Amino acid sequence: MAAAPAVVVLIDHRDPRWLRSASALLAAAHRLARDHGWDVHTAWVGHDHGHGHDHGPGGELGAAVQHVVDVEGADPHLASTVSAALEAVVAALDATGPARLVLLPSTFEGREVAARLAAATGAGVVVGASSVTVEEDDDGGSGHVVAQKSVLAGSWHTRCAVTSELAIVALDTGAAGSADGASLPQDTPSAAVAPVVHHHRAPRPAGAAVEVLSRSPRPAGDRPALAEADVVVVGGRGTGGDFSGVEDLADALGGAVGATRVATDEGWAPRALQVGQTGVTISPRLYVGAGVSGAVHHRGGMAASGTVVAINTDPDAPIFEHADIAVVADATTLLPALAEEVRARRSRETG
Amino acid sequence: MHVIALVKHVPDIQSARSFTASGLLARGGPDDTLNELDEDCLEAALRIVEAVPSTVADEDDDGSRADPGAAHPVGHRVDHRVTALTVGPPAAVGALRRALAMGATSAVHVCDEAIAGSDAIATARVIAAAVEHLHAEHPVDVVIAGMAALDGLTSLVPSAVSALLDWPQLTLADRVSVTSQAGRTTVRARRVTAHHVEELQAPAPVVVSVTDATFRPRSPDMRGLLAARRKPVTVLDLAALGLEPASVGRAGSATRVLEATPRPERSDAVRLTGGPGLAPELAAELAGHLAQRGFC
Repeated sequence: MAAAPAVVVLIDHRDPRWLRSASALLAAAHRLARDHGWDVHTAWVGHDHGHGHDHGPGGELGAAVQHVVDVEGADPHLASTVSAALEAVVAALDATGPARLVLLPSTFEGREVAARLAAATGAGVVVGASSVTVEEDDDGGSGHVVAQKSVLAGSWHTRCAVTSELAIVALDTGAAGSADGASLPQDTPSAAVAPVVHHHRAPRPAGAAVEVLSRSPRPAGDRPALAEADVVVVGGRGTGGDFSGVEDLADALGGAVGATRVATDEGWAPRALQVGQTGVTISPRLYVGAGVSGAVHHRGGMAASGTVVAINTDPDAPIFEHADIAVVADATTLLPALAEEVRARRSRETG
Repeated sequence: MHVIALVKHVPDIQSARSFTASGLLARGGPDDTLNELDEDCLEAALRIVEAVPSTVADEDDDGSRADPGAAHPVGHRVDHRVTALTVGPPAAVGALRRALAMGATSAVHVCDEAIAGSDAIATARVIAAAVEHLHAEHPVDVVIAGMAALDGLTSLVPSAVSALLDWPQLTLADRVSVTSQAGRTTVRARRVTAHHVEELQAPAPVVVSVTDATFRPRSPDMRGLLAARRKPVTVLDLAALGLEPASVGRAGSATRVLEATPRPERSDAVRLTGGPGLAPELAAELAGHLAQRGFC
């Protein structure tokens, strides 16, 4: 008997906090499983951590099958390696399933994998998607994958169909997109049940030709990861370089700290915190822009946010056109007071 | 040394960008321009050829830069060239003129009506075929691209081109250096991802993409602008590349925009105004709004 169509979720081990982004992808996959009877598979690039055989990410992800792929001799962080691993899973599933959709995080690293997989398989690829659905065909066919996304710095929305049998969709893993239930389903197979299937694959020559001379982690800090945070407080030019209020409010709200291009160029915040078209794309449930003017470069990285609060002394700042709550005020004096107020309300709640 | 710089002509991001009724980005407006991030790509390409033949260690962030007014600007060297390559409608030549003004040696414009409507992967197919075509004429060491085009913002093309050519990818680099020894050219890049900083190395030919963090693109001067008018732009169609029309354009794209809608204006925004010394009152009011929405 043919197996159900498969949605393959890449668990991107290159993100030290991969569980957070995996949760958003798995939630989307489980919605397809619920609505269309597809099976959820996970893919993990196996690598020897020095503890012997890699058993994958563990069983609490609610997948029917966990695939662990060893791309022999290849560096597990290279896009070519991760893509080769997904190719192996897709090829194995096509013998039974088939594989209909590969979901990955829409980070720059995830997009690289998506591009290589698309080039290798001929599958259509959509990146930066906020959600993914399957639309039935009029002729009773097996339907096609449709992704929704925000484009042109949030000024337009598109629905984009994938016309190939296999679709590749890179999803934004921010909290706002998962508002309709990002938690994993409770009635999925438990850890002990989901079988682990091991695959072995040779790397492509071009991937094997890349030599990794060094790799060092960038400091992550203690705050939540920007891309997946529920709340992000962003500091811009209007902070004048003083990020203490931004950090204070972020901590009061349990959120992450972000920065505009100007703020990172000025050295006020590390470049890893840059939110925008060439930085991190965020879609938190709550975005607070402090002294952020809302240049199109920045909006391109935060347009899919849920509630947008903008604080700026300039009543004509472009960000106000995109704000749910527009506050014409000096962020440097307002933020500490707001942080104090938030803490007071939270302690009243719990006290 | 032959570096191909991939450039794209895109709608000005400050302009009112829109989609056509058939779900394609409206192009060809008077404000269309060279994709800003391709200036970093061109800068990186020019620095690679300017550093030849000396052996290059890590470049400084403020790395030295040839005087564009020098007697032998890089663009006029015989053996070292930067070819600017674009795929697009006739107006896309504007991006090439800008690239030539910055210092590219020559330009290639792949232009064919059948290409219209290509998605990122179909576009990569055209680029890969064009690179192979140029590689046969002048062996290519490096194909270099910006980190994204500011219209589609997919960042798919560099990796797709790398996969299609089966050339190694060294992407998201903020430093690039090339060394040649005994006829072997090696490309080294510092790659900065969200979580790691990596030093990667691969034998040429390779596909590189660069971030906008460190290259600080030069501005063309009058000499460059005038020289750009005299530099050659070669136009190639699909037949010249040996591509079938059905492999590109809408027919060759496995994605299709079903619907594109402008985002509705926000009409229900709350507006609060503070004043000197009013921070506590304003903070209380704002916190109230946040509490209403469940944030505190």
